[in-house]
Amino acid sequence: MIRLFKVKEKQRELAESAVGGAPVKKQTAGELRLNKDISELNLPKTCSITFPNGKDDLMNFEVSIRPDEGYYTGGTFVFTFQVSPIYPHEAPKVKCKTKVYHPNIDLEGNVCLNILREDWKPVLNINTIIYGLFHLFTQPNHEDPLNHEAAAVLRDNPKLFDSNVRRAMSGGYVGQTFFPRCV
Amino acid sequence: MADTESQPSRSRDLDKLLLRPGNLVGPNFEPGPQLRADLQEYARVLVVGAGGLGCELLKDLALSGFKNLEVIDMDRIEVSNLNRQFLFRLQDVGKPKADVAAKRVMERVSGVNIIPHFSRIEDKDLDFYNDFNIIALGLDSIEARSYINAVACSFLEYDSDDNPREETIKPMVDGGTEGFKGHARVIIPGVTPCFECTIWLFPPQEKFPLCTLAETPRTAAHCIEYAHLIKWDEVRSGKTFDPDDPEHMKWVYEEAVKRAELFGIPGVTYSLTQGVVKNIIPAIASTNAIISAACALETLKIASGCSKTLSNYLTYNGVEGLHTKVTEFVKDKDCLVCGPGVLIELDPSTTLQKFINLLEDHPKLLLSKASVTHRGNNLYMQAPPVLEEMTRSNLSLPLFGLMGKIPMDIVHVTGTTRKNDKKTSSLRKLRVVFKGVDGVIDMDTAGGA
Repeated sequence: MIRLFKVKEKQRELAESAVGGAPVKKQTAGELRLNKDISELNLPKTCSITFPNGKDDLMNFEVSIRPDEGYYTGGTFVFTFQVSPIYPHEAPKVKCKTKVYHPNIDLEGNVCLNILREDWKPVLNINTIIYGLFHLFTQPNHEDPLNHEAAAVLRDNPKLFDSNVRRAMSGGYVGQTFFPRCV
Repeated sequence: MADTESQPSRSRDLDKLLLRPGNLVGPNFEPGPQLRADLQEYARVLVVGAGGLGCELLKDLALSGFKNLEVIDMDRIEVSNLNRQFLFRLQDVGKPKADVAAKRVMERVSGVNIIPHFSRIEDKDLDFYNDFNIIALGLDSIEARSYINAVACSFLEYDSDDNPREETIKPMVDGGTEGFKGHARVIIPGVTPCFECTIWLFPPQEKFPLCTLAETPRTAAHCIEYAHLIKWDEVRSGKTFDPDDPEHMKWVYEEAVKRAELFGIPGVTYSLTQGVVKNIIPAIASTNAIISAACALETLKIASGCSKTLSNYLTYNGVEGLHTKVTEFVKDKDCLVCGPGVLIELDPSTTLQKFINLLEDHPKLLLSKASVTHRGNNLYMQAPPVLEEMTRSNLSLPLFGLMGKIPMDIVHVTGTTRKNDKKTSSLRKLRVVFKGVDGVIDMDTAGGA
């Protein structure tokens, strides 16, 4: 290829005086795949999505979930999504922005959902994750606890769990912890 | 000019490759002193990464007769690098790797010029990368490889028959090691598979379930990840964990020790903490040397044509006995990064709406309900409703204007295609050319100068 290099070097010298093009925003394969996921989103009525940085930054977005059945009916829970440039090789980072009394979500917003970590596969997509999150509210599960107290209450005393959830959602204390209103 | 006398002896062995004809040489190989001189004068190689592989690569390339090298790395030297990154000394700790590596090789190999760049790869513009003839990668992350690959492939242009234009090809040589294992590959965009064509080769990163960390830790790594992912947020809420801050690392280590004691788990050490948190796999100096040597040789072969190049993926495994193999992977013809994309010629007055309608009838696409994106700008999104609303007003505008009046550029579209009455979603790359726009009359003459 050395002959080609020589030709290019000559061109380079000639072009030196010319003005360089404007820097171009590079779109990674991850962004393109995410673009596809977003353009094909098919969300249930209980979920909505917003893009705080506008229409050209799809890598950071928020999803609001309003469960219409189960313990959490009537509450609104906001999740932030951070998508890596090597998506879908790596799962998005998802955190719950709303402080919630939930066995599988801790008070810092960490979420225990298998497809976000150990069971993530590149064939899954954003829609799958949103359905997974929605499922956490209709079927909270005491076997994968991140909030131990909540999990124990759900296991041993579902009635108390229900009233704790109600109290937390309408803005109040459960034990020592205050939960802001989210209904 | 004292160099002239020592030159023949230094390149004695290299001369056997460059000055004599052979049967196994690459196409267009022209042996002779001119080739040796041209290699020194015209070949410009960028080495990405100045770590374990980068140190070896710079040394090997300098000793292989390359004179114009540049190296880019964003890291500073740490004590733990010194066992294998042999260009660095104890007194260099804290200095930028690129600077020290360039200086040491220039001191050792007379006549070579190495320009260091202490910078993130993303902070350089495309022109920076376009100046090199070959890019050699000594990286340790998929993300960085994917980025450089996208940059190198962005220079690639195809003619109207979907053949890559030779003068726009930016060859890459990629090396990688993990302990006793490694790979070396040659990427000639448009000819051999690019990094994205074969990204599925990488195994998924192992991640522990958060609830295991929170509830039932069983290993030292579980305790470390608990401290890193859960305890940090709980106690130091609002502060972003920085793996390069020793205070942060020490904090995580100490929390991990407490956790391990609570559950009676042995084995949490500071270096294991670093290893787990930063996902470090022990590096073996000899693996780095073998892989870099293969990469440097391929670089020389690509530049000079003195032999056929590796085709196209070498794996090396020194764990049990020694196993090495070359596999010829194939290109993904529809690759979004290196593929030609479907050529579409448009009148500059074509509106976005008309363009979208056109894709539905295009025989190679038959794509309905298309969303359109150009250089990171979402021109039209079919869903979700919030984005549809934000982009709807573009539909009545000419695509030419929406694309910044560039006569020829890449556009990506997603939508549904119908095959045998089955709907499948697809993401396609398109090469859009506007007819009759100044500067572009016909594809074959475009972009040449």
